[in-house]
Parts: sequence; C-alpha cells; structure tokens
Amino acid sequence: MMRKPFAITLDPGSSLANHTGGWRTERPVYVDRLPPCNHACPAGENIQGWLFHAEAGNYEAAWRQLTEDNPLPAVMGRVCYHPCEDACNRAHLDSAVGINSIERFLGDEAIRRGWKFPPPAASSGRRVLIVGAGPSGLSAAYHLARGGHRVSIHEAGPVAGGMMRFGIPKYRLPRDVLDAEVERILSLGVELKLDRKVDNILDTMRQGSFDAAFLAVGAHIAKRAYIPAGASSKILDAVSVLRSMEGEDRPMLGRRVVVYGGGNTAIDVARTAKRLGATEAIIVYRRTRDRMPAHDFEVEEALQEGVMIKWLSTIKQAGDAGLTVEKMRLDGKGFPQPTGEFETLAADSLVLALGQDVDLSLLERVPGLEVADGVVQVGADMMTGYAGIFAGGDMVPAERTVTVAVGHGKKAARHIDAWLRSARYQKSEKHPVAEFDKLNPWYYSDAPKSLRPMLDIVRRQSTFDEVQGGLDETSALYEARRCLSCGNCFECDNCYGVCPDNAVIKLGPGNRFRFNYDYCKGCGLCATECPCGAIAMEPEQI
Amino acid sequence: MSFQPVKFYQTGTFTVGNRLLPDAERSVQANMRRTNSLNSGHRACQGCGEALGARYAIDAAMNATGNRLVAANATGCLEVFSTPYPETSWQIPWIHSLFGNTAAVATGIAAALKVKAKSDVRVIAQGGDGGTTDIGFGCLSGMFERNDDVLYICYDNEAYMNTGVQRSSATPPAARTATTMAVGSEPGNPFGQGKNLPAIALAHDIAYVATATVAELRDLEAKVTRAMEFRGARYIHIFVPCPLGWGHASHDTIRIARLAKETGLFPVFEAENGEIVSVSKIRHRLPVEEYLRPQKRFAHLFSPQPRAQVIAHLQAIADRNIRKYGLCEENAQ
Repeated sequence: MMRKPFAITLDPGSSLANHTGGWRTERPVYVDRLPPCNHACPAGENIQGWLFHAEAGNYEAAWRQLTEDNPLPAVMGRVCYHPCEDACNRAHLDSAVGINSIERFLGDEAIRRGWKFPPPAASSGRRVLIVGAGPSGLSAAYHLARGGHRVSIHEAGPVAGGMMRFGIPKYRLPRDVLDAEVERILSLGVELKLDRKVDNILDTMRQGSFDAAFLAVGAHIAKRAYIPAGASSKILDAVSVLRSMEGEDRPMLGRRVVVYGGGNTAIDVARTAKRLGATEAIIVYRRTRDRMPAHDFEVEEALQEGVMIKWLSTIKQAGDAGLTVEKMRLDGKGFPQPTGEFETLAADSLVLALGQDVDLSLLERVPGLEVADGVVQVGADMMTGYAGIFAGGDMVPAERTVTVAVGHGKKAARHIDAWLRSARYQKSEKHPVAEFDKLNPWYYSDAPKSLRPMLDIVRRQSTFDEVQGGLDETSALYEARRCLSCGNCFECDNCYGVCPDNAVIKLGPGNRFRFNYDYCKGCGLCATECPCGAIAMEPEQI
Repeated sequence: MSFQPVKFYQTGTFTVGNRLLPDAERSVQANMRRTNSLNSGHRACQGCGEALGARYAIDAAMNATGNRLVAANATGCLEVFSTPYPETSWQIPWIHSLFGNTAAVATGIAAALKVKAKSDVRVIAQGGDGGTTDIGFGCLSGMFERNDDVLYICYDNEAYMNTGVQRSSATPPAARTATTMAVGSEPGNPFGQGKNLPAIALAHDIAYVATATVAELRDLEAKVTRAMEFRGARYIHIFVPCPLGWGHASHDTIRIARLAKETGLFPVFEAENGEIVSVSKIRHRLPVEEYLRPQKRFAHLFSPQPRAQVIAHLQAIADRNIRKYGLCEENAQ
C-alpha cells in the first residue's frame, strides 16, 4: 500500500482503462476509391498514383508509376485527348487538373535525364509475334518484354511509330520525342523488323515458331466517296497526304485546298496545308460544329490558324471550274438532308478525310476469325476467334485514338501472358468511383489551372514547329499539387488531427493510419473531414 | 500576424498536416509524438468539440513550453468527462478547482512558482463558458486586472452542457436551451443579453487576447504558441460546437465551427496589448441560415413557419461583426 495524501483513498488511474469503443454504432474504415481520372483513362493509368509522387517533386518515381501502364508518356502528353481531364473532380472547384501537361513534363524529363525501364523478368522462353509497330503494338511489346517473353515486331513500313508517325503531324508530335520513346522500348530486347509486311499470319507464326501473335496493323486504307470529277481536278486522300509529309517530297496541294470530312484527320490535313503555304484551307463538313467528331480544341486551334470551315455542306462534283457544293440542313433527328441549293468553291486540290479502313489481307486464311464492319472481332481478352491470335488498336471495334491503342496493347499483353502460361488473366475488382460528393473540398487551396504556352500564330501558320509548349518544373509541380487525390489517402493527417478521442493511430510517412477501435466512439468526424473521401462509415454489427 | 497561411501546397495549411511542407512548418497535431494531453478513454460525447479544442490547445501549449506546464480546470463538462476519480485522461500536471475559482487557483499556482523561482513552468487556467463568463467572471476579471502570469482558455460551447443545456451568458440570441425554451412570441434566448468576453478581456488591456475555432487548427495552435511568448494575463476564447446541446450531427462539429466563422457570427481575431493585430478573413462568405439550419437549437426559426425577422436580426449581427472586425477581404465584400 502506497502512502497516500490526506483524504485520498485510490491510486490515480488512466482513462485508458475505459474502452469507449463500445459506444459505437458505426465504425470508420479506410477505403480506396477509384479516382475518376483513372476510371476514364483508356490506357488504364493510375493517374492519381503517379501524381502523388509528382506532388512531392519525386518525378522519377512518378514516371516509373506512370510507365507501369503506359510506356509512351512524352507522346501521350502531346497527343492524348485526355478523357481524364474531362472526368476530373477539380472541374467542380475551378478547372480540371492539367494531367496531360504533367504527363508530358514527366515524359520529357525522362528523355532529358535518360531514365530507363527496369530490366525484363527472367525469360519465359516463349515467343510472341507482334504485327505492326504502332502505339498498340509497341505497348504490347513493352508489357510482354517486361514479362520476360521474347517479342518480335514485324512492321510493314520503313520506320516504327505507325499512325503516331504517319498520321499525326509534327507540329503536334515532334519526331525526336517519338523516336526516343520507341528506342527505349526496343532497348528492352524487343526485336523490330522493318519493311516486313506480313501476308499470311499463320505462315509467319509457323516459320518463326511463335507461340502467340498480337495483331495491331491499324487502319491505313482511306475511305472513298464517289465524287464525279473532271479531268484536271486533283483529288487526294488524307492518309497519303499525311504520310507523304514524312518523306522527302512534300505533297503539292496548291494555294486553295479543300478538305472533305469532319474528324481530327480533316483538321490535321487542313492545318498541314496551311503550313505548306496554302492561302486558303477550307474544311467542308456536312453537319454542324457541335456534331463534328473532331475535338473542339483542335477545331479551335485550326480556326486560330486561319483554317476555314464550311458547315452543312457536301461536295457533289469536282469539276474543272471548281467544286460544286450542296448546302445541307439538319432534320429533326440531326441527320443532314440536301436542300437543292448549290454553290461553287474554287479549289486547287481536294483532300478526302472520310475515315480509314483496315487492311485485313493477312488474315484471309485464318479459320474461326470473325470480321464485322471491316474490323476484327475480339473477346474481352482481346483474343480473336483463332486461339493464340490476339488483336488490338484501330483494327478492332473501339474508338481510334493513340490512348485506346496503348490500352489495348497492355490489356492484350496481360491476356497473352496468361494464355502462354495456360491460365486466365483475372482482372482485379474495381473500386467504386470517388464521386465529387464524397470529397470535402473545403480543404483544397484555391488554385486556377496553369496553361501551356502556345507558339506564335505566325509561326503556327508557316512552320511545323510544335504548337503547344510544355510546362516548366515549377508549373508542373504546381499543377500536380492541384490534384485532389480523390478517394485515396494522401496523408494530410486530418483524421489523425480531428479525432476528439485520439483514436486514430498515425503509422508514419507512406504507411497511412489505423483506427483504434478500443476508443473510437464512431462520431464520424474523420470521415466528414477527410478531404478526399478515403474514409467510409459502416454500420457496426451488433 | 503570427500565423502566415501557406498559400499552395495542394491543401496549403487547411488540413491538419501536409506531407509536402517542411517539418518545421507542420502542425503540432500532425506530429506522431504529440503529447495527447487529453488522452483516449474520456467520457465526452461523440464528436465533442470541447475535447477536441482542449487537446489542440494544451498540446500546442505543451509544445511551446517544452512540456513545462500546469493546468487548473474549472468544473464543467471538460472536468467531468476527463477526470471521474480516480481515472484521468490528462497527461499533464492538472488540478481541479471549483466551478468559479479557476482563475484564482491559477493565480495561486503562478504565485507559488514565482516564490520557488520556477519561471520556466507556465500556468494555464481553463474552463467552459459557464465557468468563465458567469460563475468565474469575478475571479477572471481580477486575474486580468492584477496581470497575473496565467493563460486563461475558455472553451465556449454556449451553454451549461454538463448539467443539461441551461442558458449561460455566452448563449447566442434565439438559441433554444433548457431554460430558454422555444415557446412564446420570442422563442429561445432573448436578444440583447449576454456577454462578449473576448471584448471584455480586451477592455482590460491585457497582453494577449485571441479567439479561435476548432475548424482552424493551424490558427489555433499559432495563437496558443504566441500567447506563451508573453508574460502576464492572457486570454484565448475557443469556439467549440456541442453536438448534444446544439442538436447537430456528431460528425458536423468542425463544419459547424467553420460555418460560424464563415458567416461572420464568430469573429476570429488576435489582439496584443489591447489592439487587434490580425483577423482571420472569411474565405467564402455565407448567409447565417447555413449555420443555423443544421442545428436543432435553432429549428424553431425554420418551422413550422420561417421566422425571417429573427434570421434577419442574426444576419445583422453577423454583418456588424464583418464590418467591425474587417472579416472580409476588401474586394470580396
């Protein structure tokens, strides 16, 4: 018995003996929700994940996280239409995080500093044939090579890149950037055979003793429309115009160039024509701007450069005196209908940008293959009807963008890898999406988006210099820090701070937090005050 | 101005911590080795603003004094829920006083430390609004007037919560309490009564007077830290919502405190030697309804029929605060 002061009968005790956790009717739990940017990314990037590293200025870690899914960040940071930014929750506050510009910064930084991919896993001894060195083929090659498979790419063209080289103009994607990223993939030990058109896929697979094949030949054959033409009228197609830009002889388009079509390719051709010296580059499109398949920012940039667009018009005839254009009107369902009103449009050349078809000749004698609407049908595992032959990119039914193609390459690589091991790739379950109403936006600093510098308009009209500049380090860091980290803990310590019961245990940098359910009373303050919605309240089982 | 908010590091200084900030700029509460002066196991209600405010303030004071601190505690919720004999949640030297004499007890401790020449040990007196604005008011005013070397912290939850939500002189107009029921022609607490204790403290011309809320941790910590740089009588008034007494959800404690500040009903400022030196500006100004509506103690202002006149009267009080203290940025008014 300790000697106690006057009138004291009990030893002092700690309130820790009182486990207040028993009061709880709801318990907080840490959750990871799927950020809307990740959800929207066709290439399946963990955007929030790599921004987390970029926020701390740890660009190499960010780049490594990014390239787990996409080996072409510098390309993607230029040509991707960034559906991530359309989905970004920050748009509810001020404007979306400039994810695309940070991606480009990381890609450029990697090229500048010479960052390399980690060496491939131990060789599996299996051989995979990839047909086509476009974004989809390169992406698949990258993932398969890292998985330890021997990869050989057969490319029909004289140089790798596919539509990234022969479809996207230089002013959007400088070729040294493309070359650097292709080279980095090849340095994983990927074999690239150029000028090697595959005529019969089964023969090629047998000759090279390949265990599986991934087809990514793209869509290179320009679609035609029947336009009656005079003897001297010059009609070209967009694919060949853009492809010839890569060669020595630039296409002769003349001073007045008319482009027929409303997709991104039509815009690319018109802007290219402007740069080649055309005084007038006119796009003829049969519907209205809001119905145009081309992305609005590209339309805007083209208009800034002086490209003109003739809405609600179709070309009926290409005569010696010029083009005959018929005016259209939209019917109740939004389809263009002829009005019978004609006008003449002077033109030195007409470029058709009406879409592209796939050259499927290499698949002619493959049994079990299904082709519909000019594209190869594939299952959810990207495999065609013939076991062991997979396909992706523009030759399968999907939106035709570089990002989708890169995503196909990754997805196909995962299924090919599993198929080679006689297994099935099990996709991990997706977390529920972190909607804006799950966030507590009070905690985020007010910070408007930083804009990328644009080239002077005069130089945009006369040179093929890159139009959009990159962010410098300070702006890229600032932009990365605008990320709200939707649905994923970024260790802001709010839960640890706001708990009146000291029932949140901080586990230290990188290790997040843990609840101490002995004392948590279930008030829910942590969940309400979590900025990013990474805590959920669940009913207690009583 | 003692607290300079960091403008842009994803969340700046709005969140408790921020992994992007250098260690020296992080809050006391973000520290893995914070004192946890008021530890787990206390019997405060779920989502108690006072328990939260007390840990924020005393941890900051411990940090500022190198853990050389004694606290005297008035009777009230804070004392009852933290120290049911023989258990205690306090991890600091702590003494319980009567309801009304905390300031005097702290004065005595300060005098004893002076006699023993222990100038490094600092003294805090703390209590709720009842023990401060009503019952302990005489002792507190005396402590101010003698300029005793004590920091007095009042945790203001605007009524006597421990005994069953009776009105105090800090209860706001129109609020329903057990003694100002929502009945009759002027339901709730009458207008034109009560005390503004921060203003009264300021009138004593003491070294340091500040107000804070549990919604702004960094500001609160900076004020406690600043207060410890002064000798003599100091006063900090912390706004702590009470889910039980105010009738709001337990998870809304911090939101309610934030709304009190953002509507202008609770001005957050800091004064040194009798002069206001800084005010915490309103970030997104809101009408007082936003603050009143989630609280059941103001439910009679909205149903069965809305009392627009009473709400307008409360809005006028908020507007006056905004004018008087300059709570809005010049161009944001």
